[in-house]
Amino acid sequence: MIDPMVVDLSRLQFAATAMYHFLFVPLTLGLSWLLVVMEAAYVMTGKDVYRDMTKFWGKLYGINFALGVTTGITMEFQFGTNWAYYSHYVGDIFGAPLAIEGLMAFFLESTMVGLFFFGWNRLSKVGHFSVTLLMALGTNLSAVLILIANGWMQDPVGAAFNPVTMRMELVDFAALVFNPVAQSKFVHTVAAGYVTGSLFVLGISSWYLLKGLHVDFARRSFRIAAAFGLAGCLSVIVLGDESGYAVSESQKSKLAAIEAMWETEPAPAGFNLLAWPNDARQANDWEVRIPYALGLIATRSVSKTLPGIKEIRAANRERIESGRLAVLALEAWRKNPGDLEAKARFQAHEKDMGYGLLLKKYTEDLTQVTPTMLDQAAHDSVPRVAPLFWTFRLMVALGFAMLALVALAFWHGMKGTFQDKPWLLRWALWFIPAPWIAIQSGWFVAEYGRQPWTVFGMLPTHLSASSLSAASLYGSISGFVGFYTVLLVAEMFLMFKYARLGPDALKAAPAPADAQAVPAHS
Amino acid sequence: MLFDYLTLKLIWWLLVGVLLIGFAIMDGHDMGVGILLPILGKDDTDRRVMINTVAPHWDGNQVWFITAGGAIFAAWPFVYATAFSGMYWALLLVLFALFFRPVGFEYRSKLPNPAWRRSWDWGLFAGSAVPALVFGVAFGNLFQGVPFHLDETMRSFYTGSFWALLNPFALLCGVVSLSLLALQGATFLAHRTDGALQARARSAGLVAATVLLLSFSAGGLWVSHLDGYVIRSIPDVGGALNPLMKEVGRETGAWFANYRAHAALWLVPAVAYAGALLAMAGLDRGKTLLAFIASSLSCLAVILTAGVALFPFVLPSSTMPKASLTAWDATSSYVTLNVMLYVALIFTPIVLAYTGWAYRVMAGKVTRDYVAANDKALY
Ligand code: HDD
Ligand code: HEM
Ligand code: HEM
Repeated sequence: MIDPMVVDLSRLQFAATAMYHFLFVPLTLGLSWLLVVMEAAYVMTGKDVYRDMTKFWGKLYGINFALGVTTGITMEFQFGTNWAYYSHYVGDIFGAPLAIEGLMAFFLESTMVGLFFFGWNRLSKVGHFSVTLLMALGTNLSAVLILIANGWMQDPVGAAFNPVTMRMELVDFAALVFNPVAQSKFVHTVAAGYVTGSLFVLGISSWYLLKGLHVDFARRSFRIAAAFGLAGCLSVIVLGDESGYAVSESQKSKLAAIEAMWETEPAPAGFNLLAWPNDARQANDWEVRIPYALGLIATRSVSKTLPGIKEIRAANRERIESGRLAVLALEAWRKNPGDLEAKARFQAHEKDMGYGLLLKKYTEDLTQVTPTMLDQAAHDSVPRVAPLFWTFRLMVALGFAMLALVALAFWHGMKGTFQDKPWLLRWALWFIPAPWIAIQSGWFVAEYGRQPWTVFGMLPTHLSASSLSAASLYGSISGFVGFYTVLLVAEMFLMFKYARLGPDALKAAPAPADAQAVPAHS
Repeated sequence: MLFDYLTLKLIWWLLVGVLLIGFAIMDGHDMGVGILLPILGKDDTDRRVMINTVAPHWDGNQVWFITAGGAIFAAWPFVYATAFSGMYWALLLVLFALFFRPVGFEYRSKLPNPAWRRSWDWGLFAGSAVPALVFGVAFGNLFQGVPFHLDETMRSFYTGSFWALLNPFALLCGVVSLSLLALQGATFLAHRTDGALQARARSAGLVAATVLLLSFSAGGLWVSHLDGYVIRSIPDVGGALNPLMKEVGRETGAWFANYRAHAALWLVPAVAYAGALLAMAGLDRGKTLLAFIASSLSCLAVILTAGVALFPFVLPSSTMPKASLTAWDATSSYVTLNVMLYVALIFTPIVLAYTGWAYRVMAGKVTRDYVAANDKALY
């Protein structure tokens, strides 16, 4: 049996490294398109200010990109190092989008990023613009493919169990690629990236305007960011609703937890704007409700009912019992391939096998399952409510606050009056971290809400981990966190330094006497 | 085009090899530059010259490594799971070292402070030398078998320690890979720099090639005395298998079985020698492009030499030989191998085309004057 400590530490390490990775990813996703827009303006108008804008925001892009790559390398190998059984059990399906991502997206973005920085004098205007465009395309393609992989974990389609190899295998590649969950995830996540890029440019430009620095440069950057940010914010909200719809189809347990909906209600269900979920009582201590709203949002109908947590737990208990039979039948059938009766029993219960595996958290030997274990497994089949409930509301609240900001910024940008609105500029400056907070909350909702599964309904988290020792994990977690934190400090230092310098960073030396500072001893 | 499962398994053995070779040739030359950075770079400008020969390309090159990881996941999930979780600390050591590269390249010249630059230079050295060494060490351990076993549900358990990986034979293989990549870096630098730096790069290349030839020969002799692995029985290799369905034995000299069975295969190690010798000649005569191509050829042949010796084994197990992972039973399903083959056939030429174009755009020597004139725009 796997040490539960190892599982928890593996989760912690994955969450920490993924969340570090996703500090840098969204800015890359958003800034890359902003660079495309700025350079397009340069190609069309020939005005040098647009070239300087592309180069300056490009410098900040590069500082961020480096850590995006650094943290990404870890992710590529971490499924093998820390989730070995997962990698064996679903690698046949899950590995494909990861490999395709390398071949199709990473090569493109990484090759073009080199030409973006160093090709200015070697490529024609249109040539360089094409490089920038391809770089942006590459970053977004990488998002498509990794979210296909992640979408599959949320809603595993197109796969079947093979008793010879003891794993899930791909049967329908198209189903994997065109998984609706992956699509709604992709659009919501990249739109969140666009918001991040926009608020970054908007906030820094506002700071220049507040200080009266680089005014022409900052005004133009502000306008572009406001327009792009408005489009991004509207998409993220509309498409967030799409994600909610997708979740209501594929993961009722997550939806019920996000909404702190304990009881099944007659359709259309009400929406808890605020509540105080109490896991022990399986009820909310208090709640502020909008009648009918949840049913309308989640099912887009007035008649479909949404199951509450209690009903989901009861239904899962039955599937766990049936899944237990599948696991036992499979063992018997593998021991004796001629045992057709076991084979038939396995096939009858196969679709619940993942639920049966949930029991392995409580006992190794599934012939020894007690009713208490069944109750426990059924109870744990719905994630804890309060963390999900609150992080989700944080994301949504920030979404609307950012929408208000970019809408005002856009409006005053059109009228040309934003420079005289210090409150707006200050709001934009202070809101630079907002998208990051919303995004980290969003991933928490998506990933924690999937518990206790790594692959929903198929493979429980506690079986997925590698056979490592807790000591190894303490070591590696300290290594990652220590390393990343040092690198993050270096990154923030350069980011602030170059943002303060502004477009001057392109021309003047950041400090004098470069040549003297470095002794030559050749 | 429709291949049967057996052919697909063979093709994917080759394709994983192609990715590893691509990695050694492409990322190998910028890692080689990193390895030589503290040795050949006498002052800051020299080091900037060296770094800027690879500045536009190192990230694209690193994707060979990432894609090799992804392809092993997709084509050999058993290997991805068992090797990386088993050799946990070896892989983390590589990752931690690699962290220095993106940041080192990108941040190093953004501040003029010499201590800052010096630190990143050592980071770039570590980020290049450590992976180069560990990859060789890992290969060395494959030849000796790795202590892991599988249970009935195909969960793998590794019972060795990190320190056991650092045995003498494995370290010798580490020297092979380190000198191989140093040679790649030296020939590349010789081609893309001039003056005194170029002269130093040429001498370094001669040293690296000599070390390579000696350590490669010593490794070959040593392998002939090692216990190799042989498959005693296996069900139809054209079907779906799991690793526990075969019987495996150990025999001294078994790693030479493929060469004994097909004498033409001796050409592969011969090319490794020829490549290294030709690279030396090229460096000596100042034919730097030839030297780089010859060195790349020896990268290809050295990796292939090891691959052919091991075939069909990929990850032999010393504690439960029948659990050894092979090209027959560690693979993905027919559907996945098939789909991934089409993907590879479509995208590999496209990648090669724009990579080639990027090198063409950035072609030409990087000189001290060029670095001085473009202080702010370069790394
Ligand atoms: C929605 C987008 C997204 C998500 C969910 C992830 N990534 Fe990522 N990743 C990117 C979007 C991205 C990017 C925008 O393409 C990056 C970020 C900055 C960058 O340099 O490229 C990147 C970089 C990046 C790199 C470096 C590529 C290079 O050298 O250029 C690797 C190996 C990974 N990622 C791998 C992963 C894995 C295995 C993930 C899953 C656990 C993952 N990423 C989640
Ligand atoms: C980069 C954005 C991502 C963030 C911020 C993120 C966040 C998280 C968090 C917070 C957890 C811990 C959940 C918990 O155990 O409570 C987690 C777990 C996990 N995530 Fe993600 N995730 C991201 C992307 C992905 C992607 C793209 C995949 C797959 C392709 C993925 C696969 C996993 C796996 C395998 C685990 C471990 C098992 C588990 O605990 O559920 N994650 N992630
Ligand atoms: C305002 C309305 C919003 C709604 C209704 C909404 C809805 C959702 C839902 C339901 C999920 C979970 C999807 C899943 O579990 O698979 C999610 C995840 C996520 N959200 Fe939001 N969201 C909103 C705003 C935002 C904002 C403003 C951001 C950031 C700028 C954001 C970033 C994310 C991210 C990065 C994820 C994880 C990836 C994913 O699962 O799609 N969301 N959102």
